[in-house]
Amino acid sequence: MKTHEWETPKAVAIPKENKEWEMGRYGPIWPKTPACYGFTIIADVKPGREAIVRQYGTTIAEALKGSPDLLAPLKLHYLRWVLFDNDTKFMYQGIFDTDFDKYTEDAVALFTLSGVNTVFENLVGFPEDWKTNTPAFIKFVREHQCNSFLEYGEYPYVSADEIKKALRLKAAFSEMLDQMQ
Amino acid sequence: MLELDDIQHYLLCRPRAIIAQYFFMSFDSADSGRKWVGALADKVGVAKSVLEAAETDLRWITLAFTYNGLKKLGVDEASLESFPDAYKQGMAARARMLGFTDYNHPDNWEDKITDPNLHATVILFARTQEEKQRCIDLHDQWLKENPGVNTLSTLVLEALPPYDYVHEHFGYRDRITTPVIEGMGITPSPGSMPPSKAGEFFLGYNDETGTMPALPQPVELSKNGSFLAYVKMKEHVGAFRDFLKANAATEDEQEFLAAKLMGRWRKSGAPLVLCPEKDDHELGWDEKRNNNFDFANMDPKGYACPVGSHIRRMNVRDNKVSQIMNRRLIIRRGGTYGPHLPEGAPEDGANRGIAVFAGCADISRQFEFLVSVWANDPEFAELGERDPFIGTQDGTFNMTIPKRPLKKTIKGLPAFTSVKGGAYFFLPGIKALHYLASLK
Repeated sequence: MKTHEWETPKAVAIPKENKEWEMGRYGPIWPKTPACYGFTIIADVKPGREAIVRQYGTTIAEALKGSPDLLAPLKLHYLRWVLFDNDTKFMYQGIFDTDFDKYTEDAVALFTLSGVNTVFENLVGFPEDWKTNTPAFIKFVREHQCNSFLEYGEYPYVSADEIKKALRLKAAFSEMLDQMQ
Repeated sequence: MLELDDIQHYLLCRPRAIIAQYFFMSFDSADSGRKWVGALADKVGVAKSVLEAAETDLRWITLAFTYNGLKKLGVDEASLESFPDAYKQGMAARARMLGFTDYNHPDNWEDKITDPNLHATVILFARTQEEKQRCIDLHDQWLKENPGVNTLSTLVLEALPPYDYVHEHFGYRDRITTPVIEGMGITPSPGSMPPSKAGEFFLGYNDETGTMPALPQPVELSKNGSFLAYVKMKEHVGAFRDFLKANAATEDEQEFLAAKLMGRWRKSGAPLVLCPEKDDHELGWDEKRNNNFDFANMDPKGYACPVGSHIRRMNVRDNKVSQIMNRRLIIRRGGTYGPHLPEGAPEDGANRGIAVFAGCADISRQFEFLVSVWANDPEFAELGERDPFIGTQDGTFNMTIPKRPLKKTIKGLPAFTSVKGGAYFFLPGIKALHYLASLK
């Protein structure tokens, strides 16, 4: 029987830099790994703003309830929002199926719509004129992006769409079996 | 309000020209270049007057410059630096990112288009062959009397028979969907995007974010300007017709396959979403209906219009694919070059195709995104494919045509086109042309 790529868990070590990485419109395209594409943005929280950042957790979750498809263009699996070092540092990590460089302007627009940028205003170094200065926003994201040096996938390279398709198929198959009773 | 008395007509109206010629120019010195710009500046078509007299004019002239051209004319360092990176680097330097690789690599480009001494382009549209020749003779005479400006290459564009509808060499009807600019008094046809803010195409105006992006400096040079991305694409008509014959038995089936690749029927432009089985000439020519469709609700799986078809990749019509479709628009100008290959005639190897200028305010966000992602990214919609017409097809990509019960997959889609040239230009306003001519 054929073994599918997704059946064998896989880890890939990622070098700090690699001249062979393709250049996108805004810089190097970080490679797709068994854990798909992703970014990890780490920045200092402006002193005194910790509670505001934490409060945005509720705000953004509520906003997405109203329009759950808002972030669909980014082909996301997961977003993780973390405050650490006694809430002085902020980490924003995303796992998704498109490379960030290609959809940078979409991401900026969606961050604006979903209120992510408003959280970023509480981070040290975030450009105050981000609303009119997309290049400065992109520069901030790229400068604060911390590349993984190792990524692991239990089901390597599988996209969110493929997972949803498999679950839909499973549901349809169960329904078919029910109908045949 | 758009300053129509300062904007070149090129992106705002389409004169009723049947013939055109592109000239790619080089200056020996700043002085010779400035003198030439000064001599031509008053002949350049201004939007306001062309809009008013498009029916009576006989010729229309457009003038645009490469980054090297602005440099050669003596624009100062700080100003040059303030122009966007994509323009400064030029298309050939960004070819790999765009997906112009393999047989589309700039090494294969023609017309000396990658010559670092390419400084400017003149686009001449004429109503008649005689008028075109009159303009060219005058220009040639001027160049003789004023040495120091050289023509690197030219390209002649002519409409193809049958002349009753605009189409390219493969026979697809063209110019069915085009952006509408707010304030121009044009109502978009049903199903089209709402009018675009002027700043999406002209510098110095608010764009779709509701703000005005920073302008290249000085403002007298950039205000009312646009960027143009030029692409010359050879069309392999014989290969395309052979492909249709090899993959479809009857003429009707070949026409159906041709429609599936494009997403519209070839001769009428009727959209497959609205008439999936049979061409509907009346629908194709009905502006109230020929854009009045979407994909997400009317054809989510692509049974009518394949997800990988050209129109579905280049105009996704779906918020789930992009929330900023209104920021990915270009205004296309251009036409066909090379001889018509009559139906049934064997491939003669002639150089024929389309040569297009894509107008926008941001080369990277608009033109480069369309080419690098929607045309050439195999990850688009997780298809593992590229655009069947303008994607780089090295024979390793398929084309999926959704169909019940089982999809049809065309394995190893051949290349129907090859990129044969490309460059980025800045299309200045009229005052900016005079500014360039008067640089010291």
